[in-house]
Amino acid sequence: MKVFRLSQTELDNLVQQWSKTSRVYRPAAGRQQSAHADCAPGWERATGSGPLTLAPGPAKSSVKTFLFPQPETMQTYSLKSSDPDRALLKEPAKATEKQIVVGLRPCDARSVQLNNLPYREDPFYQANLGRTVMVGFTCKDMCSTCFCDQMGGSPMATEGLDIAITELDDSFVAEVLTPAGEELTAGLDLAPAAESDLTALTARRKDCPQPDGARLDTLKGRDLNTLYKAPLWQALGESCINCGACTFICPTCYCFDVQDEVVRGQGRRIRYWDSCMFPLYSLHTTGHNPRGQKMQRTRNRFMHKLKYFPERYGPFSCVGCGRCVQDCPVNIDIREVISDLLTVE
Amino acid sequence: MISYLPYPVRIDDITVETEDGNLKTFKLVFENEAQQKAWKHVPGQFAMLSLAGQGEIPIGIASSPTEQGHLLFTVNRAGKVTTALHQMHAGERIGVRGPLGNGFPIDTEMKGKNIVIIAGGFAVTTLRATLIYLMEHRQDYGKITFIYGARTPGMLLYQNELQEWAKRDDVELHITVDREAPGWNGLVGFVPTIAGQVAPSPENSVALICGPPIMIKFTMPPLEKIGWTDDQVYLSLENRMKCGEGLCCHCNVGPTLVCKDGPVFTRAQVRRLPVEY
Repeated sequence: MKVFRLSQTELDNLVQQWSKTSRVYRPAAGRQQSAHADCAPGWERATGSGPLTLAPGPAKSSVKTFLFPQPETMQTYSLKSSDPDRALLKEPAKATEKQIVVGLRPCDARSVQLNNLPYREDPFYQANLGRTVMVGFTCKDMCSTCFCDQMGGSPMATEGLDIAITELDDSFVAEVLTPAGEELTAGLDLAPAAESDLTALTARRKDCPQPDGARLDTLKGRDLNTLYKAPLWQALGESCINCGACTFICPTCYCFDVQDEVVRGQGRRIRYWDSCMFPLYSLHTTGHNPRGQKMQRTRNRFMHKLKYFPERYGPFSCVGCGRCVQDCPVNIDIREVISDLLTVE
Repeated sequence: MISYLPYPVRIDDITVETEDGNLKTFKLVFENEAQQKAWKHVPGQFAMLSLAGQGEIPIGIASSPTEQGHLLFTVNRAGKVTTALHQMHAGERIGVRGPLGNGFPIDTEMKGKNIVIIAGGFAVTTLRATLIYLMEHRQDYGKITFIYGARTPGMLLYQNELQEWAKRDDVELHITVDREAPGWNGLVGFVPTIAGQVAPSPENSVALICGPPIMIKFTMPPLEKIGWTDDQVYLSLENRMKCGEGLCCHCNVGPTLVCKDGPVFTRAQVRRLPVEY
């Protein structure tokens, strides 16, 4: 594995170098805005952007915007009566252009791996995964809302990254972890990391909070129906306004809706992010709704992350990025939900 | 890798099934012969019917795999896509994506057993597929009992076939309507009542029950009384679906995905799930 040492200027030059041949995205300066329609708020194209300095914590919205873009065109068709192929659904040309995501945090990198459990056979997700190179930034500090260590991650984790960049006191070290990462750095005049850099990196990795899933793992052994019937959902459901903000910013919420869209006889079938917080999500055409109550929908989101997903795939469907904790308008905190669930008898 | 691309099919024929005109059976023929040959389903599976410009809907496959050359879907006019479908004509193109789901255990738990099929209303569709399949492989199964009820004689589906099946001596047919009706000489009474009177023996038997939830609820006690257990009874669940491939999450009942793990479950399996269906 190659490890390079970069100054701030060298790092910025490297990003601009990549921008010449590929589409490069980075967390938007100021965290909120996005000047481009091809990614969610919180990210921007790196071309001509300023120095790559990141605020602590993850970007405003998650990396799923690049692997699971919305809308994603699933099929196209013509509805023109003169067209012999009228109403024939066709697969669109798949995007193959390389995209480089710079500045995602270890939590987001881990979310890509988790979503890949259900999406292993999904052609769109896999195509996007195949054309995306991830250059992550490890975390120097954890925000007050961060809890990746409790979910089995770590602020210094490199899982899922092609290149992991760590900010040291006076420089950056870039660990090249995969062939895709090597391709990005091949032929460039980069200084190898000094012995002191490597020592500092090792020390950082040793001193940072370590993955500790032990407390939560006891949830996996608990009876599903007991947790489902726990009284805590009632109170939680009363606070939750089902706005769905948590599901949109969540890196591991992966459900989608499919709709048809026709403009002047040209149609396409698209998929885009949905939210189990919305009553329409589960509504039958008969009018019957299996999750017709607000509380049932709130419960479904937490149970999916903490019980249903682990039961199907193993790990929890949460990486502890803390975005939902930051953005919930009624201050629902998944860490408190977890603590409460752990006490359910 | 999953393919979300539906197969193009032509509507070959449309049969209005019921007196209210709300149920029509669509006979679909593949445009591409190779796709038709590659299509293999088991009774109880469903498929997505795909209308360009409208959307996709999960519908149980009403034809048996033994009926070659076409697929049948009996569709209730209820929402956007089904209403659009009901307005279409023979010769027009739609799409079919599937087959999806698990289907009834025709080659495993049902093999060699007596089969009791209990259907209410238009939930009979996949059970039609099953009955035809069983009759085509008659020697593989024991006694076959088919109990089917509708509100009125005019709401019974597949009426010509019901008359044909009634002539057979290797299938016991009990067709009932809710109330007396002019010209109706058959059974009168709700499905649970008739099931209680027929009292099929649970010994070496499997029951497949599809119908409105209220019918299923009241059909179980008379069966339990004569010794039927929850793991002998197969039900088919329905939930809102988008992908049918276990990804979009819409149809989840707790950790279970109706599209992928079902739609067919034993009653014992269903009872272990949260009531979100």
